Amino acid sequence: MVDVPSDVFAGIPPAEVGEVDLYHPRSWWTRYVFSQDAKVIAVQYAITAMAIGMVALVLSWLMRLQLGFPGTFSFIDPSQYLQFITMHGMIMVVYLLTALFLGGFGNYLIPLMVGARDMVFPYANMLSYWIYLLAVLVLASTFFVPGGPTGAGWTLYPPQAILSGSPGQEAGIVMMLVSLILFIIGFTMGGLNYVVTVLQGRTRGMTLMRLPLTVWGIFTATVMALLAFPALFVASVMMLFDRLLGTSFFMPMLVEMGQQTKYGGGSPLLFQHLFWFFGHPEVYIVALPAFGIVSDLISTHARKNIFGYRMMVWAIVGIGAMSFVVWAHHMYVSGMNPQFGFFFATTTLIIAIPTAIKVYNWILTLWRGNIHLTIPMLFALAFIITFVNGGLTGLFLGNVVVDVPLSDTMFVVAHFHMVMGVAPIMVVFGAIYHWYPKVTGRMLNETLGRFHFWVTFLGAYAIFFPMHYLGLLGVPRRYHDIGQTAFVPASAHDLNAFMSIAALVVGFAQLVFVFNMIWSLFKGKEAGGNPWNATTLEWQTPQTPPAHGNWGRELPVVYRWAYDYSVPGAARDFIPQNEPPARSAPQGIHP
Amino acid sequence: MAEIVLTNIDKRRTPAGGWRGIAADWSSDQRAFKNVSWGKAMMWIFLLSDTFIFGCFLLSYMTARMSTTVPWPNPSEVFALTIAGQHIPLILIAIMTFVLISSSGTMAMAVNFGYRRDWRKTAVLMLVTAAFGATFVGMQAFEWTKLIMEGVRPWGNPWGAEQFGSCFFMITGFHGTHVTIGVIFLIIIARKVWRGDFETERRGFFTSRKGNYEIVEITGLYWHFVDLVWVFIFAFFYLW
Repeated sequence: MVDVPSDVFAGIPPAEVGEVDLYHPRSWWTRYVFSQDAKVIAVQYAITAMAIGMVALVLSWLMRLQLGFPGTFSFIDPSQYLQFITMHGMIMVVYLLTALFLGGFGNYLIPLMVGARDMVFPYANMLSYWIYLLAVLVLASTFFVPGGPTGAGWTLYPPQAILSGSPGQEAGIVMMLVSLILFIIGFTMGGLNYVVTVLQGRTRGMTLMRLPLTVWGIFTATVMALLAFPALFVASVMMLFDRLLGTSFFMPMLVEMGQQTKYGGGSPLLFQHLFWFFGHPEVYIVALPAFGIVSDLISTHARKNIFGYRMMVWAIVGIGAMSFVVWAHHMYVSGMNPQFGFFFATTTLIIAIPTAIKVYNWILTLWRGNIHLTIPMLFALAFIITFVNGGLTGLFLGNVVVDVPLSDTMFVVAHFHMVMGVAPIMVVFGAIYHWYPKVTGRMLNETLGRFHFWVTFLGAYAIFFPMHYLGLLGVPRRYHDIGQTAFVPASAHDLNAFMSIAALVVGFAQLVFVFNMIWSLFKGKEAGGNPWNATTLEWQTPQTPPAHGNWGRELPVVYRWAYDYSVPGAARDFIPQNEPPARSAPQGIHP
Repeated sequence: MAEIVLTNIDKRRTPAGGWRGIAADWSSDQRAFKNVSWGKAMMWIFLLSDTFIFGCFLLSYMTARMSTTVPWPNPSEVFALTIAGQHIPLILIAIMTFVLISSSGTMAMAVNFGYRRDWRKTAVLMLVTAAFGATFVGMQAFEWTKLIMEGVRPWGNPWGAEQFGSCFFMITGFHGTHVTIGVIFLIIIARKVWRGDFETERRGFFTSRKGNYEIVEITGLYWHFVDLVWVFIFAFFYLW
């Protein structure tokens, strides 16, 4: 799709950029540790996020052990169980997925895909990572403070979050809030960089409608994050004051342990509104980069242009905008005016339309494509299936009357794990298998990869599919031990044990993946510059892994969209974005 | 990474104005905002994000004020001063508002002289702006002291809803922090202007990049924003 007349660039010399304005590392420290290179920062973000993600994985094991075999593990008491739940949720949503998609993939892919040398403000970008690391360290250190981490649930609802009945009330909740505030400050520094780089730092010929969908997804998610995180920031600051200064922003007058507390007149509902004004866009902050990346994976590995590119872009933007007006569907049981419930149910169902457009377009991209069942493609297919699954249960929970009985059951847990846990993680894995050759210059091991895929994919269904059924039975979430109750049949306990074993197996499969990443770094097959025969700019760099400054002396010039696969009449089944049109090719920039 | 000089602006076509122009810019390559530098774009987007922070603070305050069952203290009375035997409501706040808005005027003049490369006047006007800002923060500190002496605390006050004190200290504190950061920012940039960094193309200490007088305007954007936020705080907290 060459939609600009080819003579537009005729006679224009290629853009040259003076070497001098890139900050060049002078020592090992500034090259690998305090680096201002977006690619190094991306790897730092990714490693930190995955490391803290492993902690959250272990926490999920401990939770599953308790749920599957209640009473067997005496070292997991109810307080600890709540702490595990809270930390697992918060780490996975904010410190793993958000950081990995935006800080990891965003930093690596945005400058390369838009044809820039680096992010626009590399120094702020570096600070962004170090503040993120500090936030992670504050969060992780709550395991070692008196009282342990907070057990308020990842939503941190007041008043219980700061009352003495909740575990971690002493220091855990304070450090959690401080860590969130730090995360938001750090993220803002990086996020401003990503947005300005996409808007103002593109190379010649790179129009917004030629951006790969990966960049569109990450860009829109970053804009949303810059507008949604302020609500969490404000909520965190106010709750910190409630806890430390004794203000009553969120705390109503109440009696605790038979004694009236010093609080009075605050509104717990206000916190819920602020939290979910952040919390619902957060779902899409995680999902939109996944949508974008999976579009590129599918197109590349099916050797076919993405179906309905413009529709895909507008669907991403539309979902991003809509996600700011659906937040109260998390609050149907909080005691809202029913009119609000009606409004938010309607907007929630409307958001299914652009989402469905995207799913249809992925399927139509696959339709009669030349599908290569590579590991990234397998993960992309797994994503589509899982996302449709999770999306359909979302229709149940988006309707007030269906949500009320299902609220606070395992059905909700199953739903959000499918839609924003398993589905984005599938994309993360697919993306790592896809871009690892560019980052390291070596392929990941194929056999280990296929093992990892099948165990993870089937295992995730073994864990979360039966969970829907438990939820329909009425098994509540966040319970340490459901004990013997009339409405839960004995078979449900067997099911719980089965799910726990599946969770352990899936967890161990991730260790195989980590081993694969380390092993392939040294022993993997040499990848070459463009192992997947992809069109986007990051595969056309002069060196692999790309050097500091990405492009050598001349920036690439873009002549076409990112999806010229299997173009009839072309010599190869892909045409890179920087390949000039045949008619008036001036010098011929062939990779 | 240096900002690239746009090499492919088509001189043959006159730029379209209005919506057509916006559509043309957004469908073009390289930049969506054609004559906006990276630094200025970043400040605008940051301010958009910061607007949401202050918006959330103010909305939370309004929620607290509207939902409280206890009477809300009357700001005109609370923030009144007795000067020379006259009881004048909101007098200190009026002076603070005047000072801050005046500082926006000197800031705008600094930007003007910056683009004329009149480094002496630019630096002086920026320092005057910083002095106005510091005066504002000083009066804010005086007001805090007065209220604390009268028994206002974040967790309660003698006159009514305890959210009055908590919202007051939180919102004015957060705004005062913004002003303080702005004053520091102004002094740093004024020093650079005075030293002639933008004439000699001296590189930044942290970023090792060359600056130019546009940073004066970017500082100004932040300063005007902080000023604008104060107008909303003034309207919603003091005048309501």
